[in-house]
Amino acid sequence: MFGSLTNFESSLYDQFRRMERELDELFGQTWPATSIRSASRGAFPAVNVGATPDNIQVYLFVPGVDPKSLDISIQENVLTVSGQRSESSQENARYYRRERFNGEFSRAIALPEDADPARVEARCRDGILHITVQRREAAKPRQIQVK
Amino acid sequence: MAETTNISTQPSQETTRRSEPEITLSPPVDICETDEGITLLADLPGVPRDGLNLRVEGNTLLIEANAHLDVPEGIQPLFADVRSTCYRRGFTLSNELDTGNIDASLQNGVLILRIPKRAELKPRKIEVQVH
Repeated sequence: MFGSLTNFESSLYDQFRRMERELDELFGQTWPATSIRSASRGAFPAVNVGATPDNIQVYLFVPGVDPKSLDISIQENVLTVSGQRSESSQENARYYRRERFNGEFSRAIALPEDADPARVEARCRDGILHITVQRREAAKPRQIQVK
Repeated sequence: MAETTNISTQPSQETTRRSEPEITLSPPVDICETDEGITLLADLPGVPRDGLNLRVEGNTLLIEANAHLDVPEGIQPLFADVRSTCYRRGFTLSNELDTGNIDASLQNGVLILRIPKRAELKPRKIEVQVH
């Protein structure tokens, strides 16, 4: 089930990724135009977004972040999640690797136009923040009866 | 003759591609050492307790984990930073580490491993005697 969200079936997606990466290298991320609110690759937290006809599902990967420290807001169709993860260093320890994110973060996600800011739900489990935003009625596909 | 059978039972190209092993993600880690041992922290978002598989093979520590996510039926992906639910990473350990007494805990998607040093191999302070 989860595979449907993470495994883009066409290899076309991979080609786009490769092309994007190559272009990033060539033009130093300034060309072609990227979404004004997009984050650079590898930014914390990682985000997956999916949609069903009824709602939009946003998954933020926030391991080790206290759910109470999360600040989630939505304005028009831009969802913003900010918070912090402060890792206290162990005393008298020699660090060999520090790959994990440390500090404050904020990530904005542009949702489809029909997102309803009045109907948002958020849950946090095992380090994943799952936000469900309902879509407006009018945007749902409707069956039209032939008379 | 046998060849004909092979061709007829060969799965379609699409099925073949899907059965290939999934991409695995290498989780970011923090590793530090004290006199007592080594502490390793790994980010494994979405991994429940039963999705974690830790083992030591020879002198290699292997971390394998599967994330679980509530995904509604019929979802269409719009954007994905994370494109797999399988995490995997390995580290070679050294002799002075006591692999039989590794303590692991998983909380909020973060794995904490404490690998103690064998008691007899902990560094000792050598007192300088002043006469």
